[in-house]
Amino acid sequence: MHWQYVIPGYVIVFGGLAGYIWTLLARIRAVAEQVPEEKRAFLD
Amino acid sequence: MSTALTGPSSSKASRVIGLLALASTAILLLVGLVLSPPEVDQADSVRLMYIHVPSAIASLYLAFGVTFIGSVIYLRTQSTFWDLMAHAGAEIGVMFCAFVLLTGMLWGRPTWGVYWQWDPRLTSTVISFVLYLGYLAVRKMDLDPAVRSRRAAILGIISFANLIIVRYSVQWWRSLHQGNTVGRDTQMDGLILFSFFWGILTFTLIFTWLLIHRFRLAWYEHQAGATSLDDAIAARRAERTPPLAGEAL
Repeated sequence: MHWQYVIPGYVIVFGGLAGYIWTLLARIRAVAEQVPEEKRAFLD
Repeated sequence: MSTALTGPSSSKASRVIGLLALASTAILLLVGLVLSPPEVDQADSVRLMYIHVPSAIASLYLAFGVTFIGSVIYLRTQSTFWDLMAHAGAEIGVMFCAFVLLTGMLWGRPTWGVYWQWDPRLTSTVISFVLYLGYLAVRKMDLDPAVRSRRAAILGIISFANLIIVRYSVQWWRSLHQGNTVGRDTQMDGLILFSFFWGILTFTLIFTWLLIHRFRLAWYEHQAGATSLDDAIAARRAERTPPLAGEAL
């Protein structure tokens, strides 16, 4: 009972997370190309 | 550890955290959606609690907490690291806060009979969401970087004050929203309790992975800006001091 509310909730959260992660990684790769290799290290 | 070994978007540590988060998510979906039983009063809508409360903790406590700490340290030290960290926390926090509001609405419909009530907890949470959206808007403003960072830090501290209202709203006012879910009088047990805490663990891992990567993006953007500025200054100097005849270029 109430699955009609549960499923959209999980789709919103995990679909939203997947979309954000996909976009975040694409943004990182795009910007990293503009940064010289020696300036990339920080937390590693 | 070098990024040259692992690519621009990951390190060994972040990969380990990412794999743990993925495995933990798979277990959460299995336990939360399949193995755990429906709750006596809430039926299957209790399953929304396994993502709603963890989203709230990731957003209101972890992400906005990072923004607050980063803002305070930035104002004291002008540290670029903490400035960028505060920005990273705010963006992730806004996303999780949207999840809190949406999953709360979906839970409210079968439980309270309405998607939305102007209840103290809900209202203060939506105010937080708008405040941190404002924080991100300040971050986009076309200002001197130091001025922009200072204004954002001030807003990051002011916005955190509202989180205290969110936290205690259910105690200070009569609220439709339930009080603290976990406390001395917790009535959950078995797989329901396990799913609840597993959700918190999973979202903490996801938050940690996201924070590392969002900070990485902010760091690259900062370095790319500094590099382009260095190039522009070098080009300007080259224009103003042409090499003398016979001088090596």
